[in-house]
Amino acid sequence: MLGKLNLNQNSIAEGRRLAAAIVGQVQQHIDAHTTVSVERTVLRLLGIDGVDSNDIPLVNVVIDKLCQAGMLGKGVLFWMINAVIQLNQTPQQIAEEVAAGNIVLTKLPLAEEKAIIDRAYAYAEQALEKIRARRQERSSLIGELGKGREPMLYVIVATGNVYEDAVQAQAAARQGADIIAVIRTTGQSLLDYVPYGPTTTGFGGTYATQANFKILREALDSVSKEINRYVYLTNYCSGLCMPEIAAMGALERLDVMLNDSMYGIIFRDINMKRTFVDQFFSRLINGYAGIIINTGEDNYLTTADAIEAAHTVLASELINEQFAFRSGMVSEQLGLGHAFEIDPNTPNGFLYEVAQAQLVREVFPDSPIKYMPPTKYMTGNIFKGHVQDTLFNVCSVMTGQSIHLLGMMTEAIHTPHIQDRFLSIQAARYVFSTMKDLSDEICFQPEGFIQKRASEVLEKAVDFLKQIADMGLMEAIAQGSFAEIARKPEGGKGLDGVIVKAPDYLNPFIPLMLQGGKRQ
Amino acid sequence: MMDITNVRPYGDTLGDGMVQLSFTLPVAFSGAAKEAARQLVSDMGLEEAAVVHAEAISDTFSYFVIYAKCKNTVDMTKIVVPEVTLEVLSKKEIDEFIQQKIQRKLNVVGACIESDAHTVGIDAIMNMKGFNGHKGLESYHEINAVNMGAQVECEELVRKASEMEADAILVSQVVTQKNIHITNLTKLADMLEAEGLRDKITLVVGGPRITHELAKELGYDAGFGPNTYAEHVASFLVQQYKNNMNILE
Repeated sequence: MLGKLNLNQNSIAEGRRLAAAIVGQVQQHIDAHTTVSVERTVLRLLGIDGVDSNDIPLVNVVIDKLCQAGMLGKGVLFWMINAVIQLNQTPQQIAEEVAAGNIVLTKLPLAEEKAIIDRAYAYAEQALEKIRARRQERSSLIGELGKGREPMLYVIVATGNVYEDAVQAQAAARQGADIIAVIRTTGQSLLDYVPYGPTTTGFGGTYATQANFKILREALDSVSKEINRYVYLTNYCSGLCMPEIAAMGALERLDVMLNDSMYGIIFRDINMKRTFVDQFFSRLINGYAGIIINTGEDNYLTTADAIEAAHTVLASELINEQFAFRSGMVSEQLGLGHAFEIDPNTPNGFLYEVAQAQLVREVFPDSPIKYMPPTKYMTGNIFKGHVQDTLFNVCSVMTGQSIHLLGMMTEAIHTPHIQDRFLSIQAARYVFSTMKDLSDEICFQPEGFIQKRASEVLEKAVDFLKQIADMGLMEAIAQGSFAEIARKPEGGKGLDGVIVKAPDYLNPFIPLMLQGGKRQ
Repeated sequence: MMDITNVRPYGDTLGDGMVQLSFTLPVAFSGAAKEAARQLVSDMGLEEAAVVHAEAISDTFSYFVIYAKCKNTVDMTKIVVPEVTLEVLSKKEIDEFIQQKIQRKLNVVGACIESDAHTVGIDAIMNMKGFNGHKGLESYHEINAVNMGAQVECEELVRKASEMEADAILVSQVVTQKNIHITNLTKLADMLEAEGLRDKITLVVGGPRITHELAKELGYDAGFGPNTYAEHVASFLVQQYKNNMNILE
């Protein structure tokens, strides 16, 4: 794509260099630690599923015991594979025995270290084979059915009942939605376990469980064949169980995951030392599974001002990109987020929006940029809201956004009713069709309002990244650099689940998955 | 002349009673579905229902836009709406009152509680920048404002209020589903009561679906709807303080 903004390419390169340096510092912390959720994920990848007699997931039972014994620094795989060798049982059987109190992993005799490592690699390879198969399945379905054209229409369903979600998801797909996200129930991000089985109660959303993922995947696969278009399924790979959700999504063939390196820290007050480690492992899995991740910079603009804080969005996108590269992901998997959130009363507000959207497009030319609709300035006046959403649709198609989250005229009133979603899809399809090739016809006035604004945001983002590089990312977050919300390195939820890795920490998934998104 | 004892909706002629409706029926689209929508509107007590638009949303849902005439009227002279009685002070007047009369900073804690993840409302009232040019409570010299943000559990909010010896709690409820906001708000009021804090704290709720009447019903001191700014809330807090002082005197 030819640049329309005449951006200073050296500034873009400098921004990337700074972001890489910022992330490099944090990576030292990541490499030195594991977390309870990373270790639970390892067990899930081995196929361990189910709950104990108190409805506690088996993976939590096993990890909590090792954690209490202070033995998690070697990695759960060391203890689990040793048990496999000693007892000649499957990981699932062993987890059940541990939960029943029949065995204690750390009390078993130890096999020879090399034997444990070799078996661990064999098990990891076997687990990853399953994920590769799901990835292959997605490729062949897309090859057979095709997929939506960009900007892809993304809608949310949120009934609380997975079976009702399936009905609404199918209805939305038939109306033209390309991507369906099932929003999670309130507060799930703060649970330090993943609920089990199909669920029918939830507020403002539905529990993310592996059984629910499976039900929705089947519903969308069936509608995809009916409408001859592969419909993407999305969920939320965030919160205290970020990597576990990634594993579940990889196994149930989700296509898109909300997966930000800093969102949980800033907006859910999850401890940053925990989140940085968790996001790394979750992105390894997402990368390997060929999943597109969506980042959450759009949220900054719901608390900070969209014009004043525009450069923080770009800076954060560059940081998110570098974190993802560290997990072996490729540009084509990075649905970096931003939003149409400028006060509608601002003169030339739409020009600011176009400048920002085009800027993000040009800085990340190969990434499927995720564009979020207006929320902050939506009111109960649904008719005006429909116009705001229409302008958002226009901006999106004009600037070549990739993943277009549909705005709802009833935003700020209730979770969408079925006709809200219908009218929204209809309006977006109209705009995208009638303005299909408009962007090819547009160039911006050299040194005009839009070019100048975009350059100004880029330069401010580079300056901002310089400041962050000087103080370190953790300190920058502690000072409230993003979304005007400050979080301390020792504060927030989940720090007690961060564990220093022992020198002989065993987790073959990390080296094996590092090839990630590069593996086609 | 408009007769305020007989008010009905207005389209383009006084007394025409025109209303617009739109809704979905969970049935396949057909002539019968369209007639069903028309009859439903008639059964609502509306006359001359005209289905101006009807279409299939999917195989099992149909969508309608309907105009009809409302023959009922309402007598506005008989209506009493409880509203927060308030003398709205300026930011400066509020700061001065606190400085002179209270002689210490007013502690205010705010949050979107439980299910609600939408901080737009609480941010507009509390954050430095405020909304629409009306600065938020954080910008008031004499107010120590703590905005706890989204999805704060009632337990956590009560703990914080107790810890900072809050004079007031501001709760925001924006997006709601199946009236969950009522459950959330009741939970908080009950919890403050149980902790013995209710009498010591001014409890205020705001949100697009909040009225003062509803707030009072739920045991709150005040409820604020749309178009409320920080100075409205702060004026109320100051006024509550005044009222309490009068009781003591």
